[in-house]
Order: sequence, then structure tokens, then C-alpha cells
Amino acid sequence: MFDLFVAKILLAGVMTAVLAGALGSILVWRRMAYFGTAQAHAALLGVALALYLGVDVRLGIVLVSLLVGLLMWQLQQRSDLSTDTQLGILAHGTLALGLVLLYGSGLRINLDAYLFGDILAISDRDVVIIAVGGGLTLLLLWRFWSALLAVTIDYELAKVEGFPVVGTELLYLLLLSSMVALSIQLIGALLIVSLLIIPVATARRLATSPEQMVIGGALLGSLAVVIGVFVSLRSDIPTGPVIVVVSTLLFILSRLLPARGD
Amino acid sequence: MAKSTATMSNMPPINRVGAELISATDLSYARGGRIILQQVDISLCRGEIVTLIGPNGAGKSTLVRILLGLCQADSGQLTRQRALRTGYVPQMLKMDPGMPITVQRFVDLSPYQRDMAVIDALALAGVADLVRYSMHHLSGGELRRVLLARALVGNPDLLILDEPAAGVDITGQQEIYSMIKAFHQQYQTGVLLVSHDLHLVMAATDRVVCLNQHVCCQGSPDAVRDNAAYLELFNAGELAVYTHHHDHRHGIDGRVVHKG
Repeated sequence: MFDLFVAKILLAGVMTAVLAGALGSILVWRRMAYFGTAQAHAALLGVALALYLGVDVRLGIVLVSLLVGLLMWQLQQRSDLSTDTQLGILAHGTLALGLVLLYGSGLRINLDAYLFGDILAISDRDVVIIAVGGGLTLLLLWRFWSALLAVTIDYELAKVEGFPVVGTELLYLLLLSSMVALSIQLIGALLIVSLLIIPVATARRLATSPEQMVIGGALLGSLAVVIGVFVSLRSDIPTGPVIVVVSTLLFILSRLLPARGD
Repeated sequence: MAKSTATMSNMPPINRVGAELISATDLSYARGGRIILQQVDISLCRGEIVTLIGPNGAGKSTLVRILLGLCQADSGQLTRQRALRTGYVPQMLKMDPGMPITVQRFVDLSPYQRDMAVIDALALAGVADLVRYSMHHLSGGELRRVLLARALVGNPDLLILDEPAAGVDITGQQEIYSMIKAFHQQYQTGVLLVSHDLHLVMAATDRVVCLNQHVCCQGSPDAVRDNAAYLELFNAGELAVYTHHHDHRHGIDGRVVHKG
């Protein structure tokens, strides 16, 4: 059964996987997995605040997770606590605050949808937002790709060479927040980082350039998403966990193959 | 020039010195109640090779970071020529092995407009044969040369090298210094080298600046450069021994103790 509804789901899902390939590669190269987790967990607080204020949930997510990203970015500059301690506090602090607000609100909402994703509830408007937001993100990534690579490889060398280092960092935080907002429906706040990391980590062994890793990650992520969507359509299992399980299996398989890249 | 600076030699510099590229006056920097730099004056002109020497903890790295714009002095002035192209060779690279990247691509990331191909820059640095290799399987010396190629490909006005000889054997040091010298002669680049070794200084250096929180003294290394016995001792044409005449001593707290 391949109807328009399934096509729309797949379009949104594949777009998300492609974004995850690019943003996830940078996340891995920068060792920011936990940073991404904190931004994703903060999404729940964004959901709660958006519901209270009656604005679009995605807007709430982008703003709160960007705010948390900026806060962590600032804290990293100078602090007596290590980065992982700070991230642990912010990630779970914001997640818990979001849960308290959502349960305390008395609103009848499907919390599981935000935690694990509920792609089957997707509307035409959601698909348009994901397609346009995703397209815009890809455009910005393409435009600033060299700067993103240079800053990722060595911040100080990039700064000396005149790359706009602060602007590039802020752009990445913004794009990561947008990614969280765009993908929460597909995979849920708790599992977003898996989609960002696992497919690109699988692609790493086969890649010899940064772009190959991005494209490989996008393809593997898309494969996992397509499988996840179909399993989810035929069963009661939410899409997010299936996508992550498939990605993880692909990762394990790749480790059994001999390495081609460097 | 600060009072504590003593010019060691009046010999004219060997290289043709042009417009001032970068100049810092009265730089001071302290962290955690500890003075790291105190009223430091330093400047560098086009076509000039300056070697900054000093013991560990003398503030060399901090001074270089200030000159590179990577950190801010507490006080003092820093003037840089407009649109200065700076080539920087750091001691190492903090790159995650998760990123697959070849030497070619890494050097190609230099943002400066260029009239030199990546492969030519690599050839200048003596590592053209590494062009297709991964950045993650280079030896320390190879990485240093690839970093040098990245700095050279942009045809910089100012080349700043942080301990280019650290961790490289004496032949390798000599080669790196030859490359810097050849590039400098061709393009009249200003070169700032940092070294913690008081004895090994590039022979083509116009001026040696000795730093220990403040500029202790500066001058040309030529007093010893022509000394055949010293050159023979090190068996290295590009290396010379810089004999250092302090006009004062430092107490164990780093403060200046004047003689007499």
C-alpha cells in the first residue's frame, strides 16, 4: 500500500535523515553528542512552554533548545565544572522541568509522541514545514560548509585565518535546535541524538572525505527511517525506536566488514 | 623600547626589512594574580625573521596568542597592518579522528585567495608525496610540515610558527628551517618563530627576542652565527648557537635582580 499519506511520511522522514547526516557528522567530529542530547531533552520544556502560551510547538522547541545551546556554549568558556557535568545538569534539568510542566498542566496530551515520535499523526502542514525548514537548513549548511569544517577541525587556526568563528558556532547551534524541532515528530526527543550519531558513525568506516561521511550517513539514516516507517505502519511500535534499532543493527554489521576508509 | 630592553648588537639585519606588519607596545597580561607578561614591546616588519626565545613559563605562548588575536592583553596596544594575512603553524592540531580527511583537503581549507596550488605548497614543505593520505596517520614531523603547507598556501604576509622544531629531530629541524628561509626569501614574508631552546636558533634570524615575562634583551644572533666551531658542533648549516648575555638575573620568583 503506497498511497499519498505514506509518501508524505517518507518525504518528511528522509528529509530528517538527510539533515541528520550533515548535522550529525559535525556533532560527531566535535564530540558534542552529549551537547546534542541536552538540546534535544530541552525540547520537552519547549513543548510545555509552547502549549502554555498557545504557540506552535516547533517554535517553542527551537527557542528553548537554542537557549539551552547558547547557555551551554557560554558555560563552556569558563566554569569550575566540567562540560559533561554542566550538560548533565542542563539536559536532565530541562527534561524534568518540561515533564513537571506537562503533567502539572492538566492538558490532555500524548506525551509518548514527544518522547518517542509519532510520525503517523503527521499533517500536511507538518510535511511542508519539514520540507521548507529542511531545505533552508541544507542551503545554509552548503553555504557555510567550509567554515563549519575549518572551525570543527581547529577553532584557533580557523580564527587566525579569519573565518567568522563565533558566527559559525552560533549558526551550528541554531541549525541543531531547528533539527530537533523538525524531527521530534519522527523520532522523539529521547532518541533524536541516535539518528544524528549512529548512521554517520556507520558511514565513517567507508568514508575518505567529510562529505562522503555526510552522504553515507544520510543514506543509512534514510534506510533506517524507511524501514522504521513501514514497521510502524504495520504494528503498534512507534517509529523512533524502530529507526534506532535498525540503525544500530546496521552499525554492528558495518563493524563486521573490513574498513575501507582511513 | 622599554627600559629593561638592551640591544645586543648594532649589526645591520641580513634581510631587507619593509613596512611594519604587527606591533605591540606595553602589553601586560596577568591571570589568577600571577603576572605572565609585563610591559612587553615587540614588532615585526615585512621581510624580517624574528625568533622569540625564553624558558618554559616565560609567557611566549601567551604573547603569541595575543599577537594572533586569540586572547586579549589586559593593557597595552596592538597594531596590525590592515588585511594582514597570517599563516599560523600551531604545535599540534586538536582534530577528532572521526572526521575522514586527506592532506589535500586539509590544506585546501585555507580561506585565503591564492596563486599557489595545494600540491605546490606541500612540495614547498617537503611533503608532496603525502597529498592523498589521511590526516590521521601522519607522524609528528609530517603533521608539522602539512600545517606549514596550510600556512604557506595562502601566501601569508606574516608567518607565525609555535615551536616548529619541537619534537623534530635535528635533521628535520634543519629542513623545516630551510623551507621557511626559502619561502621567506621568495616572498619577503615576515616570520615569527617561537623557541624554548636558548641554544638552537634559526641562523637566518634577524633578531632574537628573549622573553621572560618582559623583554629581557634582543639582538642579532650573528655574533655567533659565523663561528665555525659552533656550527660544526651542531653539524647543521641552518642552526646557529645564540649566545645570550644577560644584563640582569631573575630571582626564583621571576623578578629582575640587577647586578651590583
